[in-house]
Amino acid sequence: MTTLAITLNGDPREVPGPLTLAGLLAHLELAPETVVVEHNRRIVRRGELASQQVAAGDVVEIVHFVGGG
Amino acid sequence: MTSIAEHPAQASGIDDVPFVIAGHTFRSRLMVGTGKYRTNAEMVAAIEASGADVVTVAVRRVDLDRTREAGILHHLDPKRFFLLSNTAGCYTADEAIRYARLAREAGFNDFVKLEVIGDKETLLPDAEGLLVAARELAKDGFKVLAYTNDDLITALRLEEAGCAAVMPLASPIGSGLGLINPFSIRTIKRRLTVPVIVDAGVGTASDACITMEQGVDGILMNTALAEAQHPVRMATAMRLAVEAGRAAFLAGRMPKREVAVPSSPETGKLGG
Repeated sequence: MTTLAITLNGDPREVPGPLTLAGLLAHLELAPETVVVEHNRRIVRRGELASQQVAAGDVVEIVHFVGGG
Repeated sequence: MTSIAEHPAQASGIDDVPFVIAGHTFRSRLMVGTGKYRTNAEMVAAIEASGADVVTVAVRRVDLDRTREAGILHHLDPKRFFLLSNTAGCYTADEAIRYARLAREAGFNDFVKLEVIGDKETLLPDAEGLLVAARELAKDGFKVLAYTNDDLITALRLEEAGCAAVMPLASPIGSGLGLINPFSIRTIKRRLTVPVIVDAGVGTASDACITMEQGVDGILMNTALAEAQHPVRMATAMRLAVEAGRAAFLAGRMPKREVAVPSSPETGKLGG
């Protein structure tokens, strides 16, 4: 068990490693079907979340739909 | 007069051609946003009252501290409404393209309401950035509905760029100033082949009615409902106004004259 320092939604954050993107969502208690993940500026398909490893220094964005016009 | 029953797809009962964007037929010519409502319950009730089947949404970071409202899909059933994601708040083509691709990955559809804003004070569109983003997204398979100025040339270029619909403004976003340039809107509608949907600036029902009377295919609004004293009542008013304006356009108005013409016969009057 290690700790990974990443940038998550613009803020520095430490997460337990090793970790996949699917694991990151589980750690954050987010349901994969409700969000879209961008990993180092690359959009990750839901089917790939479980196979993509998070590394120290990664930049992860997790977005969803909110109210808008 | 054709009955509603003969046109089940038409919610209004107006004898009208279907409202189709990029091969997708919509029931209502009124599209509504989901932003700025006082409560989610009020938003849902207003959307129901509006009769809209297209609702716009924005893409934003998930709030990991959970201090703000959860995602919109906790409140709106994506099976009932057609979610049209926007690129609101984007100031460059690259940024808008990034938001559009993130939205598409959510998996609902490949439509995007493209906004590339050029100025923070007026929120007026950046025509150059808009064209760059529209070309790129259309090439990438998106059905692009481009929010644009009431400028014919930009509208024509957006159509050439492959946009599925062009969305000229009535007046600036959130201004409620109504339809400032009916002539421009009519010209754009007359010259374009793709649907023309007026987006932004409508403040009250008469604005919506006058806009639809210009012959445009639809209207998108948000603030007019969200900031009304009673959003649900205003949503009903807007539904009726859009239908009335559309019906009046299809009916064809009488000519304007600067002299009076009597409505009653001038013959058969009593002798004096």
